[in-house]
Amino acid sequence: MSLSYPFGFLDEYAKKEIRRTTLKAVAIPGYQVPYSSREMPMGRGFGTGGLQLTLSVIGKGETLKVIDQGTDDSVNAVSLRSFIEMTCEGVNTTTKTEESDLIQSRHRIPEKPLREDQILILQVPYPDPLIVVEASEEKRKTLHGEADYSRLLVKLYEDIVKFDEITISHRYPTRINNHYVIDPSPIPRWDVPKLNQSPALILLGAGREKKIYAVPPYTKAEPLAFEDVPFRVEDFNDVNGMRRCCQRCNCNNSFLDEFIDSKTGHKVYQCSDADWCEENTINNNETLEIANG
Amino acid sequence: MGYVAIKGGAQAIEGTKDVFEFLRTSQNDSHALPLDVGTIENQLRLLHSRVISEGGVYHPTLASLAIKQSQGDTLEAAFALRAYRSTQPRLVETPVLDSKNMRVTRRISSAFKDIPGGQMLGATTDYHLRLLRMELLNESPENFRKVTEILFENSSIDDIPDTFPKVLDALRAEGLLPEVNETTDNKKPFDITREPLVFPVDRSAALATMTRAEQGSLLAIAYSNMRGYGDVHPTIAELRVGYLPVLLPHPITGELTEVGEVEVTECEVVAMYEGDNDNEATFTLGYGACFGNNEVKAISMAILDRALQKGMNEEPANPSEDPEFVLLHIDGIDSMGFCTHYKMPHYVTFQSDMDRLRTTQKKQSKKESQL
Amino acid sequence: MDKVLEVNNLSKVYGQGCAACFELTGPEHDTNICPKCGSVVAAHNVSFDLYKGEILGIMGESGSGKSTAVKCLYFDQKPTSGRASFFNDEKQYDLFNMNAAHQRHLMNHKFGMVYQNPHLGLNFDISAGGNIAERLLMSEVDHYGEIRKRATDLLKRTEVLAERMDELPKNFSGGMQQRVQIAKALAINPPLLFLDEVTTGLDLSVQAAILDLILEIQQENQTAMIVVTHDLGVIRLLAGRTLVMKYGRIIENGLTDQILEDPQHAYTQRLVASAL
Repeated sequence: MSLSYPFGFLDEYAKKEIRRTTLKAVAIPGYQVPYSSREMPMGRGFGTGGLQLTLSVIGKGETLKVIDQGTDDSVNAVSLRSFIEMTCEGVNTTTKTEESDLIQSRHRIPEKPLREDQILILQVPYPDPLIVVEASEEKRKTLHGEADYSRLLVKLYEDIVKFDEITISHRYPTRINNHYVIDPSPIPRWDVPKLNQSPALILLGAGREKKIYAVPPYTKAEPLAFEDVPFRVEDFNDVNGMRRCCQRCNCNNSFLDEFIDSKTGHKVYQCSDADWCEENTINNNETLEIANG
Repeated sequence: MGYVAIKGGAQAIEGTKDVFEFLRTSQNDSHALPLDVGTIENQLRLLHSRVISEGGVYHPTLASLAIKQSQGDTLEAAFALRAYRSTQPRLVETPVLDSKNMRVTRRISSAFKDIPGGQMLGATTDYHLRLLRMELLNESPENFRKVTEILFENSSIDDIPDTFPKVLDALRAEGLLPEVNETTDNKKPFDITREPLVFPVDRSAALATMTRAEQGSLLAIAYSNMRGYGDVHPTIAELRVGYLPVLLPHPITGELTEVGEVEVTECEVVAMYEGDNDNEATFTLGYGACFGNNEVKAISMAILDRALQKGMNEEPANPSEDPEFVLLHIDGIDSMGFCTHYKMPHYVTFQSDMDRLRTTQKKQSKKESQL
Repeated sequence: MDKVLEVNNLSKVYGQGCAACFELTGPEHDTNICPKCGSVVAAHNVSFDLYKGEILGIMGESGSGKSTAVKCLYFDQKPTSGRASFFNDEKQYDLFNMNAAHQRHLMNHKFGMVYQNPHLGLNFDISAGGNIAERLLMSEVDHYGEIRKRATDLLKRTEVLAERMDELPKNFSGGMQQRVQIAKALAINPPLLFLDEVTTGLDLSVQAAILDLILEIQQENQTAMIVVTHDLGVIRLLAGRTLVMKYGRIIENGLTDQILEDPQHAYTQRLVASAL
């Protein structure tokens, strides 16, 4: 007995349902649309929501990029990509942001600005930003409907009282199109401004929690903050106030990973977005070659 | 310097597959044979039942295969069955099955000493001493085969009745149970595989979610109710294990035709009556049913069904009565997936966490130095 | 005088209700439970007007329907029938025919409520200041410094030590919790304030101080208030006009002085006599 799988793994009814759900999500920016969410052959929490979106919207001849933590080579990105390659005949994959029609990502938005003809699909573990202040989904639905986010804002207020600082690091609650506040998935604050007026369609899929929502192209996305305590992205300045650079490509305006070099024991900083870093490095070398004649 | 990341990810993943497979096959014994799927279905009958029930697809062969390839991890095995299910279109639906027609292999009632049709203990370990049976350590194939040969030597299979009347019908005839409500009870059941749970949900959605639930999770929440975080105080009116005929409309005539049978465990508990001025006081019911022989699961489900009905009608007084709490935390595929996902890299979010902590520390030390 | 609220024939029945409910309940039947269907007629045909700067008292025993009326007006409960209009800034709002979002908007921007039980009015998981901040945030004040300043002022005004504003209300005494609740209700300077048994269960001296505070606020802000109580003393001190309720019906209404000096209904007479 052997098994052969349909294009995109899911049966056609499932894909149709997801596409309908997606249309609704685009029509009501930021609203979490429930859907039945099928089990995928990878763990809930490993991007099954994003994967179902990708499998439902991708078609033959299209080019896909899969990243996790900014890199195409991260274990989870690798296994998602090879699964899609296995079940979607005629789909191309790439590591280059520029070449991709569809980008499925966990925890990052590429540094390179996206275009109108691209779709970004983000994997979402917790779709509802209100869960920190209200455990009941039924009650949260009412709060969203009435755009009542005061309890979330009180949490920011209490943060400032206690720590003089808003302590939310990632999954920063962001208001879409002046109404619904979304959990933008665990992207760092660095990536949140990229949601605002993005030329590319951004779809967010939570498989375990069975929700799909969207930030349509050119839609307002504002992180919650106070007039006098603004939203701030991660600070990569050193003790002297100088912006740290990627030790590999010298970029000083990208989100950096910090880690201890296993050989030297020193702390080093490097671009989190691998494709961005690679492209900068190649450009640097070309410039160097030109300079050297 | 090269890009430092989880380079070589693809290779590493392939490697994990090889090592996992190595451990499956590395039994240090020249007589070792690969596990046969039939062996799993029969000799690991209850493990198999559990996986079929949690996987939610009645496919005995694939369930055995799932157990084999997952090396006995029930969560993983049920998971593989569920993922398989996602690839299958639904071509036809069965009508609601009447469990009166169950071909019973075991049925008991703890409500009455004698029940119509009698108690039939069947296969159970309930009254066994849990002593290790050392003789099974070196079981000879001859002895193994002999067991089935002698069991029916002194009795005829024909003497055992196939179906039994339901205990609940007797209680209902005496007016101790609420009448069957034709309008709500014959509503089309909620299909959790095609529709998301949007709270509040009805009882049928709750039952469907529980029937696929992970046994341990269901038991833990039901146990909290039994111990005192709740007050169902159930009596098992009837617990039955057996085979239910599956009926499908004939493709040409449209007539319902039996196409096979599925093993099912069913439990009906009776709980104390509710005080209500409008209606005559009666006992209340809790219902549990699942694929395979899983008695702990069916009983847990019946208790939780009763607890949830209470929570749906009034404010839940404890976790086991709260539909959101129970139904969103009992699925094994969901919960194990999310638990496992913490092993994935979280470099970016952790970087972001460090940024917040350092900024806060900086501010705090500034404040302190100002004091 | 500016009318703030007009309530006409407000009724609330708990249970399925039947045609005989209203006929077979009320003070003359000595019950609010319908003998036919067992439904509870919590309020029936409650009508009154309320004007700017006025304090209206609603008096009655428990089960008289006094709290039900207020809960319906504050959207905590849905009335079975009746109309209520709220007037503000030359606009008229039909309270029971608005959608939930509009109702919430009104609650957030125009109404204040102080409950007998501070657990209902305060979030005990966040600080006293946070509770006031929540109210301000609901009405779209989004400047942290401004919120802090207004919370400090309000707590000072209600005589809560400003140093304690970042503490959780559970560490406060009952009287102090009530003050925080009042500060929270006042945060948006509402034209209409509901007070439901706010002094019940407090020490006498604390009661007196809170009642003084309420009177001062009325005089400073010209806030219209509805005070629900079973306590004649509270009515005497606060309310200019009073409704007396029994078994869901208004049995007497008029100027408080008149009602206390010359009660007309036998029930009111007993009530007044027993308090003297």
